[in-house]
Amino acid sequence: MIKELNNLKNPKVDNDDYSLNLLSNEKYISLLKKMITVRIAEEIISENVKNGLIKCPCHLAIGQEAIPVGMSQFLNASDRVYGNHRSHGHYISLTMDTYGLFAEILGKKTGCSKGMGGSMHIVGESHGFGGSVPIVSATIPVSVGAGLAMKLSNSKSISVSYFGDGTSEEGVLHESLNIASYYNLPVIFVCENNLFSSHMHISERQKFDSISRFADSHGIDYAVIDGNNIETVLDTSKKAVKLARDKRKPFFIEAVTYRWKGHVGHDDNIDVGLQRKEDLEPWKEKRDPIARLKNSLITKNALDEDSFLILNEEIYEKLNKEFAQAVADPYPDKEQLLDTVYYR
Amino acid sequence: MSKKITYGSGIQTAFEYILENYDNSFIIGQGLWSPWYVGNTMVDLDKKFGKERVIDCPVSENSVTGTALGAALNGMKAIVVHPRMDFMVLASDQIVNQAAKWQSMLGGGIKIPLTIRSIINRGGEQGAQHSQALHSWYSHIPGLRVVMPAFANDARDLLIASVLSNDPVLYIDDRWCADLQEEETELKELDIKNIGPKVVKSGSDLTIVGTGFSSCQALEAGVELEKNNINAEVIDCRILNPFNPDLIIQSVKKTKKLLVIDGSWKNCGFAGEVIASVTENFTDFLTPPKRMSLKDSPAPTSKPLEEDYYINIHEIINNAKSI
Repeated sequence: MIKELNNLKNPKVDNDDYSLNLLSNEKYISLLKKMITVRIAEEIISENVKNGLIKCPCHLAIGQEAIPVGMSQFLNASDRVYGNHRSHGHYISLTMDTYGLFAEILGKKTGCSKGMGGSMHIVGESHGFGGSVPIVSATIPVSVGAGLAMKLSNSKSISVSYFGDGTSEEGVLHESLNIASYYNLPVIFVCENNLFSSHMHISERQKFDSISRFADSHGIDYAVIDGNNIETVLDTSKKAVKLARDKRKPFFIEAVTYRWKGHVGHDDNIDVGLQRKEDLEPWKEKRDPIARLKNSLITKNALDEDSFLILNEEIYEKLNKEFAQAVADPYPDKEQLLDTVYYR
Repeated sequence: MSKKITYGSGIQTAFEYILENYDNSFIIGQGLWSPWYVGNTMVDLDKKFGKERVIDCPVSENSVTGTALGAALNGMKAIVVHPRMDFMVLASDQIVNQAAKWQSMLGGGIKIPLTIRSIINRGGEQGAQHSQALHSWYSHIPGLRVVMPAFANDARDLLIASVLSNDPVLYIDDRWCADLQEEETELKELDIKNIGPKVVKSGSDLTIVGTGFSSCQALEAGVELEKNNINAEVIDCRILNPFNPDLIIQSVKKTKKLLVIDGSWKNCGFAGEVIASVTENFTDFLTPPKRMSLKDSPAPTSKPLEEDYYINIHEIINNAKSI
């Protein structure tokens, strides 16, 4: 059990350099690239929501990139990860398939769900991403079931369930924690506590601000961590994955973070939700997970400002080309509507 | 010598067959280690196949159903049991929003061998929350196969076909059918996609269509009607979703009379679906088609009210004579 952030309404999240001793410098750079990829992909999506090219509802997780990128580091393709409405980062961290995501959001045949899902229903089974859906708690028991299948078939795989703090207000989380705990299932519950459920701040919804209290009450080991610190995310997820994989036990990570955009769409929504006007800027300036890793790498002489800028430009250029390709791609054939209702 | 099979033992046989022949199958649900919940349909499965594969579980209907779905998405033939359909309503998110939709939402090609067994368990003064037959509700949902056997061999073979399907299947059996017998046929592995309504008694004077237990009542009425020289054709719907009415349409083209009996409520109930499906294709009735459903109230507990509430065989016979 780790609890280091004090009051989560104003968590102790600092800007100190990381020690960067968990992985090689090359690995840290590749994680930085991954976070930048997630960020830029969502910025491109945001721009195109704004200009009207993207119509389907997009829930962006800009500012939260460290959690999925760190979590995915110790997973493999036979593990199963399930997400929610805000899952672009979960998907990209595992698959790096930004093109398939863009095409999906545009409703194209070449999308990761063949144009049937849009932003909220995405899948990448060959990379271990089992699926995301927008009923916020719905994939939690599904993840538990994946864990049960892995237990029954004596495999070494594990499952990961991503959800937000708002989800703890739906009952099925509690049913599922009990089942995972009682049957010793290899499931990692990852609560991305971004302090908001839609427009409602956690202090407007719950008596207490820590979601991990529910893990505690079901006898599941947990950690409350700074979700914008990729080093902490890596450290915790490594332990959680080891526990699930080797000891076949569940673990609960509460990663505290902040959603830079509004609940849905491109707008920052600074006038929507408690304290947002005051809180958003400090979170962006002092607690940006990408800037924090970048600065630590620069301090360690593993990176310099110029190469960071070049990296950003290269990724931006690649993703823009992919988006343009996705825009040009065909829509699904009309037959696909009825052809995908039952298995073929 | 032919051998008799009861509906309940047909279900038991199907479970044993699946667990015996498919190592990746398992069952989870309430009461699976108890004699109280599932009657004579799952006796000692836990002792024979182990408590790891036959899992009695917490009352958490929604999570347990989602757990079974997650296991089905990950290579298992998962069976979840809801001993009463009323309680299964708590799992509707996982059934309606998740299991039924993942195939389409995620672009197809996903095997979801999930069987949700739900038991209609009513009568005996149990009242409104221990009685419901909600098959009409769930049959509204594309992506969810709804199977409702009325007879013993079907109880067995349709359960096996449900478990072998790569789609989520809601298999609904009826406690009132549990002790009904018929001559046993050879156990078959069928493809659920090829199964539909079945003529259980041939006739030419009128067509009586039923679902689940009401098909048993329809057959009983059909036999009685012969004593009055009325030769009814009786059809059991068996698969309610996706529903293929062709056989019923063919029958009505012959008899030109249709009586539908369904043990759910009338408004948006399955009986209305049968009549609509026929009348879209055929209108040359000798008399207007008629449906029989439950009275429009929750199930009562008091004995005389309860007797009046459910469809009885004499009403069926009278209606059959009058149309």
